[in-house]
Amino acid sequence: MKIEVLFPEICNLYGDLFNVKYLKECLPECQIVNTSLKDEPLFLTEKPDLIYMGTTTESGQQLIIDKLLPYKEKVVDCIDSGYNFLFTGNAMEVLFNEIIEEDKKICDGLGIFDLSAKRKARKRFNSLYVGCFNEENFNEPIKIVGFKSLFGFAYGKTDLYPLFITERGDGMNKECKEEGIRKNNFFGTYITGPLLVLNPVFTKWFMSEIMEVPNPVLAFEDAAMDAYNDRVKEYTDSNTGIYY
Amino acid sequence: MNKLRYLIALWAAKLSVVALKITRHNGTNFPGVVALKICPDFLKYVQKPETIIGVTGTNGKTTVCNLAIDMFKTDGRLVLDNNMGSNINSGISTSFINGVNIFGKCKYDTALIEIDERSAPLLFPYMQPKVLLINNLTRDSIMRNGHPEYIGKILTEEMPPQTRLLLNGDDLIASNIAPENSRKYFGIEKMDTDVTECINLINDMRICPKCNGILEYEYLRYHHIGKAVCPHCGFKSPEYDYAGFDVDTDKMTIKVKDKTGQYQFRLLNDSVFNIYNVVAVIALFREIGYSFEKIAELLQQIEIVKSRFSEKETSGYTIVRQMSKDKNALGASRAFDYVSGRPGDKELILMMNCLGDTKHWSENICWLYDADFEFLNRENIKNIIVTGPRAKDYYLRLKLAGIEDEKISFVEKELDAPKALKLCRGESIYVFYGTDSIVLGNNVVKNIEKEIAERGEK
Repeated sequence: MKIEVLFPEICNLYGDLFNVKYLKECLPECQIVNTSLKDEPLFLTEKPDLIYMGTTTESGQQLIIDKLLPYKEKVVDCIDSGYNFLFTGNAMEVLFNEIIEEDKKICDGLGIFDLSAKRKARKRFNSLYVGCFNEENFNEPIKIVGFKSLFGFAYGKTDLYPLFITERGDGMNKECKEEGIRKNNFFGTYITGPLLVLNPVFTKWFMSEIMEVPNPVLAFEDAAMDAYNDRVKEYTDSNTGIYY
Repeated sequence: MNKLRYLIALWAAKLSVVALKITRHNGTNFPGVVALKICPDFLKYVQKPETIIGVTGTNGKTTVCNLAIDMFKTDGRLVLDNNMGSNINSGISTSFINGVNIFGKCKYDTALIEIDERSAPLLFPYMQPKVLLINNLTRDSIMRNGHPEYIGKILTEEMPPQTRLLLNGDDLIASNIAPENSRKYFGIEKMDTDVTECINLINDMRICPKCNGILEYEYLRYHHIGKAVCPHCGFKSPEYDYAGFDVDTDKMTIKVKDKTGQYQFRLLNDSVFNIYNVVAVIALFREIGYSFEKIAELLQQIEIVKSRFSEKETSGYTIVRQMSKDKNALGASRAFDYVSGRPGDKELILMMNCLGDTKHWSENICWLYDADFEFLNRENIKNIIVTGPRAKDYYLRLKLAGIEDEKISFVEKELDAPKALKLCRGESIYVFYGTDSIVLGNNVVKNIEKEIAERGEK
């Protein structure tokens, strides 16, 4: 089993890389392949079991767009043919049509998703997040908890491929409930940080259904579930403020 | 009209100072808040000392300022400072209010101002430091500061062109700020403890700022602090104007050289972090005209403020209070590294919960996953007590750091944490607390002393 981590030298903010570290704890035999900006991505030549990219800086986004632009068609093929992706924080913005700052276009994105990232130069949008993840075969949706800490939001066809439906906090922008992108096995979310550590129920499902791990076992499952249950209780409590 | 509004703001603020004194309230920011409410551009009009020395950066700026203030006092110089207030515009306004008489005339010729790096846009249009020391730029509060590149960009965009910069040459993020400004660099030459590969979770300077190639480090202290070279394009860290060398943590001395010569100084603490603070303050005092001899004489007579780090002996135990700034992964990593490297067995109480956040939301704990809890996975750390609102998050993080269950104790309330100490005579007990929990930390220390006394009697 292989997990390709795209550009970890710049996509490593806010503890995001612990998504992969946690999977490695859960799947000790899995091989982590770090692809730097100077390397050829692994997904060009083989199908990793997961392609992960985490939060980066604003200048980092531009470097990634420049790097991936020659491979745009391959990225589209990979998403359409069901490669497994997990992009957290602002990573998915590189796949949007454009990145706009203070109403001025900063750069074109890869144009894979019909969305625009609009950000403020000096404003941070911070919130807790509560949402749900649902599949047709679920008895009940999985509660998702986490954090958002961003310079902006996504606009455009935000309701086309929603990953989560927001219960508290912001969706792709302040006006919509849809959060993230789920297209085939592409999972992208604005939630920052160790999403998989904080959401053990979702992680187990992800390992089982997306990464096709038979009978997956979570690392430190009791501790993770204990913290998760407390967090769900705390964040769904209307007395807990949701915005920073 | 603006001048009149300024005077009304000044007098109202001065009155609030008197009212606070009468009612025995601290309210160190309050006069500034009053002044800014009445006159939003108060800082523009208030008379300021002719020379303003600024100190900013992510970590260590308070320590550097406290050292510098103590050195000025020891030297008999009257310098305005903001160490009793905050380092944002309201706290700095309060200092300037204290620095003028009721007619608005400034009583000082020099000010040493600690500046919150994120507050530059509110300050620099009205207050132009003659010299600005930038100690480092690293990750801080995720919510407020985003990432260091973002803060560096703000500082570059807001920097007054006439400000002379004194920068940490071992920090490529800090040393690249405001490239048009005149500048000097300080740093520390290769030390025995240096490495060449980063072992920390955070390293925000992995790629060359010129060609984006992976940087190599001739020596690396921690995170991105060290001397970098780019094997692809030849880019490298700047040369030092003030270079620390021959660091001797046994004798607690360091030598510093500049183009005029070199001198030996006393170290106030053996952590590399604090060695940088000492080199920074030496460089700052050289920049404002002090001789090496005089600086050494002043450093001989001062100490690092005890609210950040202090230790005391109690019935065969050493109790150490270790401040670790809330939500600051890098600060926590430095503290963990330092403490775990100290000799002897230890027990730790981790209570750096951001108590301020619990009042209105829930702390964003992503920083736990940027902090090197792995440093605590050492044989001589016998027991780690996690406590407070985020104790379960700490517990999970410690498990992910590879720490065995039997070494972790969970206690819900901070004040009860000492009950979970194993207490083996001769050991050290470290209380890690944040800026929100100084008082609580002190009370936990008192309870540790009680626990030691009670179990001693049994």
